[in-house]
Amino acid sequence: MESKSMHFKANASAKLADVVLQGNLKNAKGKFVTARAKAITELDDFEATRDAAVAIRNKVIDNLDIWLETFERKAEDTGAKVLWAKDGAEVCRLVVEIARKHGVKKVTKSKSMLSEEAGLNQALEAAGVQPVETDLGEYILQIDDNDPPSHIIAPAVHKSLDDVANLFHKVHGTPRKTEIPALTREAREVLREHFLSAEMGMSGGNFLVAETGSVALVTNEGNGRMVTTLPRVHVVVTGIEKVIPTLEDLSTLMRLLPRSATGQSISNYFSILTGTKRPGDHDGPEHLYFVLVDSGRADVVASDFHEMLRCIRCGACMNHCPVYQTIGGHAYGWVYPGPMGSVLTPLYTGLDKALDLPHAATLCNQCGVVCPVKIPLPELLRKLREKQTEQGMRPFTERLGLRLWAWVAQKPKLYALGAKIGARYLKWLAGDSDRIRLLPAAPEWSKGRDFPAPQGKTFREMYAARKGQP
Amino acid sequence: MSSREDILGRVRARLNRGATNAALAREQMLAALSQRTQGPKPAVDAAPEALLARFREKSEVMASTVDIVATEAEVPAAVARYLVAMKLPKTAVAWPSLTTLDWATAGLTVEGRGARDADLVGITGCFCAVAETGTLMLCSSPGTPAAVSLLPETHIAIVRAPRIVPHMEDAWNLARKELGSLPRAVNFISGPSRTGDIEQTIVLGAHGPYRVHLVIVKE
Ligand code: SF4
Repeated sequence: MESKSMHFKANASAKLADVVLQGNLKNAKGKFVTARAKAITELDDFEATRDAAVAIRNKVIDNLDIWLETFERKAEDTGAKVLWAKDGAEVCRLVVEIARKHGVKKVTKSKSMLSEEAGLNQALEAAGVQPVETDLGEYILQIDDNDPPSHIIAPAVHKSLDDVANLFHKVHGTPRKTEIPALTREAREVLREHFLSAEMGMSGGNFLVAETGSVALVTNEGNGRMVTTLPRVHVVVTGIEKVIPTLEDLSTLMRLLPRSATGQSISNYFSILTGTKRPGDHDGPEHLYFVLVDSGRADVVASDFHEMLRCIRCGACMNHCPVYQTIGGHAYGWVYPGPMGSVLTPLYTGLDKALDLPHAATLCNQCGVVCPVKIPLPELLRKLREKQTEQGMRPFTERLGLRLWAWVAQKPKLYALGAKIGARYLKWLAGDSDRIRLLPAAPEWSKGRDFPAPQGKTFREMYAARKGQP
Repeated sequence: MSSREDILGRVRARLNRGATNAALAREQMLAALSQRTQGPKPAVDAAPEALLARFREKSEVMASTVDIVATEAEVPAAVARYLVAMKLPKTAVAWPSLTTLDWATAGLTVEGRGARDADLVGITGCFCAVAETGTLMLCSSPGTPAAVSLLPETHIAIVRAPRIVPHMEDAWNLARKELGSLPRAVNFISGPSRTGDIEQTIVLGAHGPYRVHLVIVKE
C-alpha cells in the first residue's frame, strides 16, 4: 500500500469533521477498552504474564538470525517451502509465481497486514488472479472499491451499519437489509462460494513456532480456518519478527493477545498448522509456503527501536490512544495506525515520508501502559523526533525558533527580561479574562483551545519578592 | 545474493554476529527448546469435578451449550435429543472415528467422512479440552478431519471428562506424549464462530458454525 502519511495534518482535519466516523469511533472505543479491562483481571498475575511475554519476544529478536534458521529448518522438515522477501515488490512477485505454478485463478485471503503493506491484491489482479478478502471487515472494504483499513483488529470500524447495508445492496444486488445478523449471513453465503472454489488460500501468521515449524492463526470468524483447510495451496505471508520458541510460549502469548485485542479470554479459533496434508487426510493443503518478509524489519534489529519488533499486533495501543480515538485510522496514511503505526510507518517507509507521525501523540503513555509486551511507545516516538531533528528534517521556522530560544536561554539576564515582557504582553492580551482565545504567535494551535493567561509576574520576580520574607 | 542471504546477512551484521556469540546464541536456543519454560498461569483447580465445572462454565461463557451424560453409549440419544429440540435435521456427518457408536438406534443417519458444503450438522470428538478457557482441542487425522467442525452450521462435540486438562500447556504435553509430533492442524475451538466487524456488534455464526453443542461423557 502506498503511504499517504505525509498528508497527516490535512487528513486529520478532514476526519475530525466527519460526524459518522466520530460516532463509530466513540462506540468502538468503549467496547474494546471496557472488555479488555475486565478480561485482564482473569489473569492472576497480569504483570508477570506481560514480563514473561516480553522475555519470550526478546529471546528471539535478540538472536533473530539463529531463530529464523531454526524455524526454516523445522518448517521444511514438515514439507513446507520457506521463501524470503526483502520488500513488498518481492512479496508480490513470489506470491504471483506460486499462483502461476499451481494454476490458481482465485485466492481466498484471511487477514494479513503484510499483504496490505505489499499491495498484494493489486499485483494478483494484474496477474489475472482474483483475490477475495474473507475477514468480514476486510471484505466490506474490498468491495467498497478497496477502501483502506482503519484499525488492525476492526478494519472497517469507520463504516456504519447504514454504510454496509447500502454497500451490500449495491454490490450483491440483493434487497437492502438493515439487521447486522442478516448482513453477516449474506456475506457468509457470498464468501462460502469463494472458499469452496478457490485453489489457493492466503493467511498472515500471528506467530511462527520454531519448535515445530508451525504457523499459529487467531480468528473469530473461522475464515482463517477455511482458507487454510479447503484450498490445495496455502501461502503464509508474515514478517520475519514473528518467530517464537515453543508451544508453551504460544500459550503465554495467547493469554495476552485476545484479551488485549478484543477483550476476549480466548478467540473462537486458534489454529496451529504444521506442514501439508498427511496420507489419508480428508482435508488440508497439498502445498504450504511461507513467505518471510523483511520490508524494513531487519534494520530495526539491535537499533534504538528494537523494542518495536516485540509487537504482537493486538491494537490495544490505538484503542487507548486519545489521538487515534479522535481522528481514526485513515489519517495515519498507511497500514498501521495509532501509536504503533506512528512508530512503524517512519521505520518501515522512511523517516522523511512520515514527518508528522512521531508528533501525532500527546506522549500521555496510555499506550505504553496497556501494551501487552511493554513497548515504551512514547519513548520510541520521542526518539524518532530526535532523529528528525538531528537529520534536519524539521521545518526551517521550527529550527530557527528553537535555535533562537537556545541562544536566549544561555543568557540569564536577557532571558529574564524576555520572560517579563512576554508575561506582561500575554496578561494584556487576556484582558479581564484568565484565558487567551487566540494566540497571534500560534493561531492554528489556539484555534481549538484556550491558552491560560499568566498572572502578570514571572517566577523570578515572585521568588525575588519572597526571598526577604521569613 | 539471494534475499535470504541478504536478510539474514543484515540481521547478523546488526547483531555483530561472530563465531563466539553464535555458539552462545545456539546454546541458548537449544536450551529454550528443551526446557520449554511455562509462563504464569491462572490457578485452575485440578480435581476432576472442579475441572468439569470450570470447563462447563467457561464453555457457556463462549456461547456453547452443554449436556452431560454418564456413558459413551448414551451419546447418540443425547445428540438426537438436541437435534429434535433445536428442530435440526437428524442427518449428520461425523468423524470416521465415531462410526462405532450406535447412531441408527437413536434415529440418526450419520455418515463418517470428510465434510461437504451441504452438511448441516457435524459431529466430532476432541483430542482433549482445556478448562482454563472452555476450549476444545481438535487434532486432524484421517479419522478426525478438520472440516467437520467447520463447514456445518451446527457443530456437536463429544468431550470425555477425563480428557479435560487445566491449561493449554497440559494439552501440549498430552499431544507430545500421545502423538509424538503435531498433526497437520490443531484447532482450539471455543464456541461458535462470530464477528464484530459491523459496528462492533457481536453476531454468532460468521463463516463457521452458528452453534456449538457439547456432550460431555462423565466416564
Ligand atoms: S504496540 Fe503493543 S499495544 Fe500496540 S499493537 Fe503492538 S503489542 Fe499491541
